[in-house]
Amino acid sequence: MFAVEVHNLRKEFSRRSLRRRSGKRTPALDGVTFDIARGECVAVLGRNGSGKSTLVRVLSTLILPDGGEARVFGHDVVTDGGAVRRLVNRVSVEASFFKKMSPVENLSYAARFYGLGIRETRERIPEILDRVGFPRSRRDARMETLSRGTQQKVALARALLTSPVLLLLDEPTTGLDPRSKLEVQEFIRDIREEHDTTILLCTHDMVEAEILAERIGILERGSLLCLGPVEELLERFQAETVEQAFLASTGRSVEDDDENGNEDESEQPLEVTT
Amino acid sequence: MTRAAIAVRHQLIGLLGVVERNAYLVKRYAIWEVTWFVWTVANTLTIVFIAKGVQAAGGTLDVKRETTVLLIGAVIWSYLGILFEILTQTVGWERWEGTIEYTFMAPLSRVVHLLGMGAFALVYGLIRTALLFGVIASFFTLQLGRADFWAAFVVLAIASISFLGVGVMTAVFPLISPEKGTQLGFIAQGMLLVVSGVYYSVSILPGWMQALAKISPATYALRGIRHALLDGAGVGALWGDIWPLLVIGVVSIPLGFAVFHRGEIYAKKHGMLKRSG
Ligand SMILES: Nc1ncnc2c1ncn2[C@@H]1O[C@H](COP(=O)(O)OP(=O)(O)OP(=O)(O)O)[C@@H](O)[C@H]1O
Ligand SMILES: [Mg+2]
Repeated sequence: MFAVEVHNLRKEFSRRSLRRRSGKRTPALDGVTFDIARGECVAVLGRNGSGKSTLVRVLSTLILPDGGEARVFGHDVVTDGGAVRRLVNRVSVEASFFKKMSPVENLSYAARFYGLGIRETRERIPEILDRVGFPRSRRDARMETLSRGTQQKVALARALLTSPVLLLLDEPTTGLDPRSKLEVQEFIRDIREEHDTTILLCTHDMVEAEILAERIGILERGSLLCLGPVEELLERFQAETVEQAFLASTGRSVEDDDENGNEDESEQPLEVTT
Repeated sequence: MTRAAIAVRHQLIGLLGVVERNAYLVKRYAIWEVTWFVWTVANTLTIVFIAKGVQAAGGTLDVKRETTVLLIGAVIWSYLGILFEILTQTVGWERWEGTIEYTFMAPLSRVVHLLGMGAFALVYGLIRTALLFGVIASFFTLQLGRADFWAAFVVLAIASISFLGVGVMTAVFPLISPEKGTQLGFIAQGMLLVVSGVYYSVSILPGWMQALAKISPATYALRGIRHALLDGAGVGALWGDIWPLLVIGVVSIPLGFAVFHRGEIYAKKHGMLKRSG
């Protein structure tokens, strides 16, 4: 059985435009199909707005797809969401905690939602915080007083505390300094060696994808252009580095991206994000 | 342990987690809690003084009795406010902190999650309400000579089931509108109380409002509690108010969960839980 099976997955969002009344619908996922084997780590690269986070959200039952199928260890994310939620946890770009509460308090209540009792968390929380290299002296500090890197370590601890068999990492190291980044990456590697954890890693960091993942996929406007081992990727796009392959596959040069060439994004209305 | 027993245990631990988190927050925002309490006291006083004011202006009324009537109305108003506020925070606060996706992707059932919020709201609300009642009572001479506090508590406890049901329905609004949704909790509170005779008898209302009063749990709660405190009616004598509360409670709780469930599905379809990253 595959850890993740995704078949022809589709999701559209209507873009509520500030100008036009009827927002046009753009696909965030446009018929994505792939599998992840048990214990495997797959990295997904893709430009801003290519659908990476949407994929992660569908797999964690936070967004209902419009069509296609997604299964986590055989459980359908739509019809069997409860079973999926027990198996999955996630680390995303923002740490997301109750800012006035301490790391230990944040981890305690979050662990309860996964059925971990008081006795279990009393032992496991300090253990896990040690493992992710969280400084002992800051355990009872308020989250808002911690640096981003330190908060991200707590986010990793939160995900690991519940022993997920599928770990969804959505840009876990974006915005971290090089040292924190290395620490987090090393830690991710350690978990993989120790446990049988399957990982889906979405990232903008080509090196990270290369060192952590067995296979790399490139998502472009909701379509998975390719998915395979690094060598295959390089060969297919006649590239020497993953970055070159990425640029070749997304069909534009660096200058084309964002402001100029990315008409998708430039048409996007300002949205209030909370 | 059987699988079912383990599952139940996990959900109970989850419920504990909800209460635990809220307790941390009360602790962290203790100063704000005190400030808010002072505001509630001031707000309640502005209403309870009215009876004396009417007399001073030449009106003839039983000041002691009317003051007690107003006090009960004001205290119930505040109690409902606390319940609805906490329940709308189920989504509102978590959206603000950004934790909502983590809570909604946890294997905690939504019913248990909401029950946890409800349990916390009840305990917290009852403590606050008892304190408020005590503080305000110290300003006035009240007609409580024959009061049956136990019967009043029983009515309030049973009414709380319906209040929670309505509160769960209002909790869905911040899911649909993060900016304005929490305010709809206040609207529900106001609508519920205005038809229920919060500071006056339902009989003075226009006919259509009296019709609405019949399906509002607050009507029976206010009438029952006033009867118990002013006239010393016991639980048996209050059956006429208790059974409608039970009926409304039995309907409103599942209805509340159903409404919230629909709202959650809608939010998940349209990517409204959170949009960033
Ligand atoms: N909740 C939402 N509401 C409306 N549109 C959305 C929502 N989530 C995603 N989208 C749209 O879907 C597309 C894919 O977004 P998504 O967040 O999945 O991209 P991403 O690859 O994670 O981007 P980034 O690298 O910037 O994080 C974008 O066009 C985005 O605007
Ligand atoms: Mg993203």
